[in-house]
Amino acid sequence: MANTQNPDMTPGLTNAYEPGEHPDWPAPSSVKGPVHWIKTNLFGSVTNTLLTLLTIYLLYKIIPSMVDWMFLDAAYTGTSRKDCEAQASGACWAFIGTRLQLFIYGFYPDAERWRVNLTAVLLVAALAPVLYDNVPHRGKALIFTALYPVIAGVLLVGGIFGLEFVPTDQFGGLMLNVIIGVTGIAFSLPIGICLALGRQSHLPVLRIVCVAFIEFIRGVPLITLLFVAAVMLSYFVPPGTNFDLLVRMLIMVTLFASGYMAEVIRGGLQAIPKGQYEAADSMGLKYWQSMRLIILPQALKIAIPGIVNTFIALYKDTTLVIVIGRLDILGIGRSSLADSKWQGLSTEVYVFVAIFFFISCFLMSRYSLYLEKKLHTGH
Amino acid sequence: MTTSVDQRSVTASGQPNVLLKLWRNKETRSVIIQIVTMALLFAFFAYIINNAVLNLQALGKTFSFDFLQEPASYDINQTLIEYTSRSSHARAMLVGILNTGLVAICGVILATVLGFILGVIRLSNNWLASRIVYVFIEFTRNVPVLLHILLIHGIMVHFLPLPKQAISVGDALFLSNRGVYAPRPEFLDGFGFTVAAFGVAVIAALIFRRWAKKVQEDTGKIYPVFLICTGVIIGLPLIVFLISGSPLTWEMPKMGRFNLQGGVMLLPEFLALWLALSFYTSAFIAEIVRSGIMAINKGQWEAAGALGIRRNRVLQLVIIPQALRVIIPPLASQYLNLTKNSSLAIAIGYMDIVATIGGITLMQTGKEMETMIIVLLLYLSFSLVISAFMNWYNKRIALVER
Repeated sequence: MANTQNPDMTPGLTNAYEPGEHPDWPAPSSVKGPVHWIKTNLFGSVTNTLLTLLTIYLLYKIIPSMVDWMFLDAAYTGTSRKDCEAQASGACWAFIGTRLQLFIYGFYPDAERWRVNLTAVLLVAALAPVLYDNVPHRGKALIFTALYPVIAGVLLVGGIFGLEFVPTDQFGGLMLNVIIGVTGIAFSLPIGICLALGRQSHLPVLRIVCVAFIEFIRGVPLITLLFVAAVMLSYFVPPGTNFDLLVRMLIMVTLFASGYMAEVIRGGLQAIPKGQYEAADSMGLKYWQSMRLIILPQALKIAIPGIVNTFIALYKDTTLVIVIGRLDILGIGRSSLADSKWQGLSTEVYVFVAIFFFISCFLMSRYSLYLEKKLHTGH
Repeated sequence: MTTSVDQRSVTASGQPNVLLKLWRNKETRSVIIQIVTMALLFAFFAYIINNAVLNLQALGKTFSFDFLQEPASYDINQTLIEYTSRSSHARAMLVGILNTGLVAICGVILATVLGFILGVIRLSNNWLASRIVYVFIEFTRNVPVLLHILLIHGIMVHFLPLPKQAISVGDALFLSNRGVYAPRPEFLDGFGFTVAAFGVAVIAALIFRRWAKKVQEDTGKIYPVFLICTGVIIGLPLIVFLISGSPLTWEMPKMGRFNLQGGVMLLPEFLALWLALSFYTSAFIAEIVRSGIMAINKGQWEAAGALGIRRNRVLQLVIIPQALRVIIPPLASQYLNLTKNSSLAIAIGYMDIVATIGGITLMQTGKEMETMIIVLLLYLSFSLVISAFMNWYNKRIALVER
């Protein structure tokens, strides 16, 4: 078949390609390639060019001095601030290095720290079947997850099974953040579900009680609730009983988180088409049956990204315990600034803690995005 | 349905069981559940109040708010109203409320401006700027706000020089680790005219806007409303200000012998709190703005273009009204969060509600119950006021749109 009409063909090279054998030539550089990309994405218009130049200038001003301070001029070894200053003019990371154990375990006794590590490993094992649904033997693994809070409590506090008793005021550092965050989210989930269902209920008294509780919790800052835990909660128990500050804090944090959780789950409940409720009714299912079998599985699925976001917010808020005198990772950093050998290193400490929080929260928010994509089963 | 259930209850127990019968009826059951809930709730409150009374008795304390009238006998480093250590606890509380209000209002304004700018840059075609803003947003919102506050406060206190060697910006602004000194405006006689002119200008602009809209709806003629309104609002007070002889001077901060003197001093605590809250919240607002604008269907742009509306009018008439509908509710909750987060002031010693009435007053008087109730109620009313206002605004926006 003669192909002479094809404009692609160079004259004289007729029939150079069989039909369908024509190779794909690259697009001309004016519509594709790095030059074109830079032109459209960085210098597309006057404002765009100005913005690019401004950004480059800012980067030029900030990045080199930051890299110098953090890495090039930083001191990594030493036993006091003077050591650091003698070595380099930038950050003094030696301080963080010597205090790393304290940042993680707080004042937990040295000899017993294996218990914290074990609890952390078990936490991963308990979380795995919740976070990923293709874990082998998921059903049995979930039973372990349900038992985990008890196991963790026994391991950390001790006092039975030959484990040495560790008072909770020795808990600190990252460990405290994780304990408060995980407890808060785990216990707030069932409470939040009940509150959300109560808020949607047809019974006016239940609805009013739930709305009042949720709005109260969402209307006051967590720090005031922590103050309540510290100074006021002990008035509400019978005289003579005295319970641990950590437990009081956990109660308040759980109540706080459940107010927010309830709203997230309510969002999930409201996103379910009314037909689902009607279908459940027409199947003759009772209220709790229809909730358990039809409504909640769908609503929770929709709400999962919101639940993860609530957890991230709660995890960040666990730093607030320092205002009532408990030393979490931030509090440990802040209190170790008082050491006369290491005075004036607040920037190093805060940058270290900030980077730590950034990495952990960023990973969690990526997980939430992954979930959102995975659960998106819409049409 | 009900009758068959009733029959079952009769046959099962042999004789009609009244309680079971009531439970199986939908209406009576809902009444029973509600009564039981109420009873449990009352019992719970009665129990904890009883405990509280017993505990207070055991400690020899009384429950009363009389302490509010007693002298506070502590100093507050930033007061918007007159306050001395001899003033009452109630006065100290008022100072705290005003300080919270000040940082919340300043924070909301800066966070909104920053957040909108960041959100728009994040959406711009400029790859570099969009990436930088992305990094800033992700870093800022994934770090606890308390850490932001402490970090900024730490940098201010440690890296800025002593007042004696304060960094001066154009001889008007002095940055030091004790605070930032700025010129203080001094209003002379006759400044009232300018203020009045401003009020008149705003009202005139509003009337003009309404009239222009009516003209547009009736005849289709479009006036440059925005330009004229801005011109009136800025121009009229300016003319009156100049005619009345510029009755405004600035008191400049000056380097004294030991310290900076004069001008108005912004405490590092206030600045750190304000900047940290604003940065933190602006990252969230930027994402809200971005998702709000992205939520508008591309077809809206195309439809407006097909009608022959100019691009900036499209933004103003089509895109922004719809985007605002998406943006306002989460924006309201960010404002609420900012106000609540301002309570973290206590970590750096800014004297807000928590630090005054919930902090020093609590310690001095030992009135834990009373002070905590006051603090909780104050924050609750702050939140309710903000959310009521935002709900009202949201409704108005929704009406404009439909």
